[in-house]
Amino acid sequence: MLQTLSEIAGLQRVNDFVVTFANVNGSGSASANALFGKSILRMGVPVAPRNIFPSNIQGLPTWYEVRVSEAGHLGARGGVDLMVAMNPQTWDQDISAIEPGGYLFYDSTKPLPATKFRDDIVVLGMPLTELCNRAYGDPRERQLLKNIIYVGALVALLAIDPAITETLLAEQFRGKDKLIAPNIAALRMGWEYARAQLPCPIGLRVRPAAAVGDRIAIDGNAAAALGALYGGATVAAWYPITPSSSLAEAFMRYCHRFRIDQATGRHRFAVVQAEDELASIGMVIGAAWNGARAFTATSGPGISLMQEFLGLAYFAEIPAVIFDVQRAGPSTGMPTRTQQCDILACAYASHGDTKHVLLFPEDPHECFTMAALAFDLADRLQTPIFVMLDLDIGMNERLCQPFAWDDTKRMDRGKVMTAADLDAGKEFGRYLDVDGDGIPYRTYPGTHPTRGAFFTRGTSKDRYARYTEDGAAYADNMLRLLRKHATARHLLPRPIARPAPAPARFGAIYFGSTSPAMDEAVLLLAARALPLDLLRLRGFPFHDDVARFIADHQQVFVVEQNRDGQLRTLLINELEIDPAKLIRVVHFDGTPITARFIATAIAATLAPATLPEEAP
Amino acid sequence: MTFLPKPKLSHPGLARNALGYTRRDYEGAISTLCAGCGHDSISAAIVRACFALDLPPHRIAKLSGIGCSSKTPTYFLGASHGFNSVHGRMPSVLTGANLANRSLIYLGVSGDGDSASIGIGQFAHAIRRGVNMVYIVENNGVYGLTKGQFSATADRGAKSKRGVINTDESIDLVGIALQLGATFVARSFSGDKAQLVPLIEAAIKHEGAAFIDCISPCVAFNNHEGSTKSYDFVREHNEVVNRLDVIESRPEITVDYAPGAVEMVQQHDGTWLRLRKLADDYDLHDRVAAMDHMQRHHAAGEIVTGLLYVDPEPRDLHQHLNTVETPLNALDDAALVPGAAALEKLNAALR
Repeated sequence: MLQTLSEIAGLQRVNDFVVTFANVNGSGSASANALFGKSILRMGVPVAPRNIFPSNIQGLPTWYEVRVSEAGHLGARGGVDLMVAMNPQTWDQDISAIEPGGYLFYDSTKPLPATKFRDDIVVLGMPLTELCNRAYGDPRERQLLKNIIYVGALVALLAIDPAITETLLAEQFRGKDKLIAPNIAALRMGWEYARAQLPCPIGLRVRPAAAVGDRIAIDGNAAAALGALYGGATVAAWYPITPSSSLAEAFMRYCHRFRIDQATGRHRFAVVQAEDELASIGMVIGAAWNGARAFTATSGPGISLMQEFLGLAYFAEIPAVIFDVQRAGPSTGMPTRTQQCDILACAYASHGDTKHVLLFPEDPHECFTMAALAFDLADRLQTPIFVMLDLDIGMNERLCQPFAWDDTKRMDRGKVMTAADLDAGKEFGRYLDVDGDGIPYRTYPGTHPTRGAFFTRGTSKDRYARYTEDGAAYADNMLRLLRKHATARHLLPRPIARPAPAPARFGAIYFGSTSPAMDEAVLLLAARALPLDLLRLRGFPFHDDVARFIADHQQVFVVEQNRDGQLRTLLINELEIDPAKLIRVVHFDGTPITARFIATAIAATLAPATLPEEAP
Repeated sequence: MTFLPKPKLSHPGLARNALGYTRRDYEGAISTLCAGCGHDSISAAIVRACFALDLPPHRIAKLSGIGCSSKTPTYFLGASHGFNSVHGRMPSVLTGANLANRSLIYLGVSGDGDSASIGIGQFAHAIRRGVNMVYIVENNGVYGLTKGQFSATADRGAKSKRGVINTDESIDLVGIALQLGATFVARSFSGDKAQLVPLIEAAIKHEGAAFIDCISPCVAFNNHEGSTKSYDFVREHNEVVNRLDVIESRPEITVDYAPGAVEMVQQHDGTWLRLRKLADDYDLHDRVAAMDHMQRHHAAGEIVTGLLYVDPEPRDLHQHLNTVETPLNALDDAALVPGAAALEKLNAALR
């Protein structure tokens, strides 16, 4: 029986490999797998964990992929160097995913026929079930501690410092101290077994490094929630939908920590779980109309349901912040898989002529800064602001720069007339463009006994908010809204250019969660002498830099995670670019885009004869 | 149609309330509804109620959905902020507005299409959350702006102006409001100002979800023979359970009434409701009995009106959410933003 090492010389890699855990969901593996990733991080080696899970609570396959990369590549890589195969349902698929020379770690309690293995991989068997059954009587304990036992074995196999993992366990169970000792015991059981019975360490190894720096690891949804807290949001209305629910839940958690009035125990926030997405956005609009900072978090189907209200908010000019954590559509699509597929649905949301403001965070750090910024922008521009996350950054812990805050910064509440302004005789016309930037002044309800009241409506009105069906007044208002949209261009975060060392004829435009894969792809292409200038977009409407970048290059690849090249369409439509100039590079199977994919696609165009080598 | 401002002329002898305002100060633009529309009577009743209660007009926010009824907020309280939202979605907008600033009075105006058809979900959920508001449905059983289609409150068997018989069961918003925990429930008739004005006053004073279903005949499309929402039909079938007065401080009960015929109810804000009972067996503090009473009389083809249920000690959404007394829209950076030091601690925990 295949028990330990076959004749294969396994892959030899230090601080640069991919470990994938194949589990059954609901088995408690997630926290054990996270413990594994964090142990490597604490050794100073960057990791990028990704949870690949089904739309299900218990019993279906789930994978947890940990990319270890001292070089700092945080995008999905593709391929598996070490498979921890804990799910018999997906055995064949999991075995076939292993790179030649890679490693398989499995539960060898029940003998498997040789045909269930491959002869070009290194097989590491450990009788996990048997060990658990011998050590524990309680079935739940067997299940949970089995996960810790295999982590212990991996710690030994990969030469991770076990003291670090033990420290992490103690941190994890702080406050539930009774659980610390049994978990550490299970970890040691796995570690000792592997040290005694398996060839430790294997060819994949973790070596202490100093490549993490002061970076933090957090998921984008939590980071965005924290940004909403710092952005001064007081009202949140939401309807549960994967993959955005954890954003609203994180906001509640942070509010309970930071927004309780010490003297009274009362809340400086209001969160309502609405009956549907229509009600969520309605509440946000009502609250923002009344001067509170308000947001909702949703995903594509929720955006569809909010369409009518989004048109109202655009036309009646009411601030609103919408976090769209994108997932694969249409309809229910693949609700637990990632895409960047709501770009057009958000940019042009609703009936009639509308154009909305979008922000594209690349990682949790930007989820935080852009979330906070979104509330200033919404108030300043008096319009909905969409923060476009996706499942890949929303629900996975990503290593990123630490959060920072300037304590001298104050909320920008935009153009709001106060009772004093009105008493001073300032002219108030709700839709009057006083400053020439297309942005009018507003008043909050209840401001002044006799001045500044107006009627908000979705129907056409004149500059003083009086109902009218006069075509000239309608057109005047619609053109002012366009001017306001143009103003927005210069208030959004500028695109970030990453020029090639020497001037390149070709460029690539990308955004959001594609960022780490693009960073790595450009290195792969450079190694093949295919230089590329990069421009990472961070918002819509597009900054003037974008049109210049496109004009400066012979052709520009637009790299995105949807079928139709939605950002490319938006570029063509808004900047009147010749479509032939923009080459679509689209990845849309629901998995995160990889450097290998991007490099292969771009090289196929630039140098069809010399495709780049696979990443090491 | 465009905006018709009402000329601001008032007779010097016009009565003024405690704030020095006349009734004219509570009016809005000239109505563009059909002459004789029940909705205009409701607008007038709102004006009278706000005047009588000495409310500063700018401390009221008026919100509506879409439809004839939802147009009316333009026609009253011209010094208040108003919000004509989208069809059937006033309740969510009002809920959000209320969360942002608990110190204003929220008046939601809707219609039967707006609340019982397209917006029944939002109606139901705003009621069950206990949003502190006055929610008036101007109920005529018909879509006026789109010219006479039945709404969901049209009675089964009712005949449309074009002669079509409604075969769908009607939705009774009063029954739903009672079931979902509204703490003030009334039904009235736009043709009975003496009943409607004090009900609106009491609803405004009520610090919880107050619902008034006001039958308001549509003179253009639903005031004919065979309609169950016409002026004549409602007058003939109106079963009034009580008559209400709202009194700021407790008055002496005069000897004019028979013992047991008058009930005094003190609301949370201190105002008293004086009810002259017209139906002996009716207990307006018994939610279940109220529902039973409505159902029985509805089955008999009668329209029960009056104050149908009141909980003098209501709880509202802000109490449920335990929010601070200061309106959320008035909290500043210091109250909301934890600052750089707190963020440093968070960073440390994420390494």
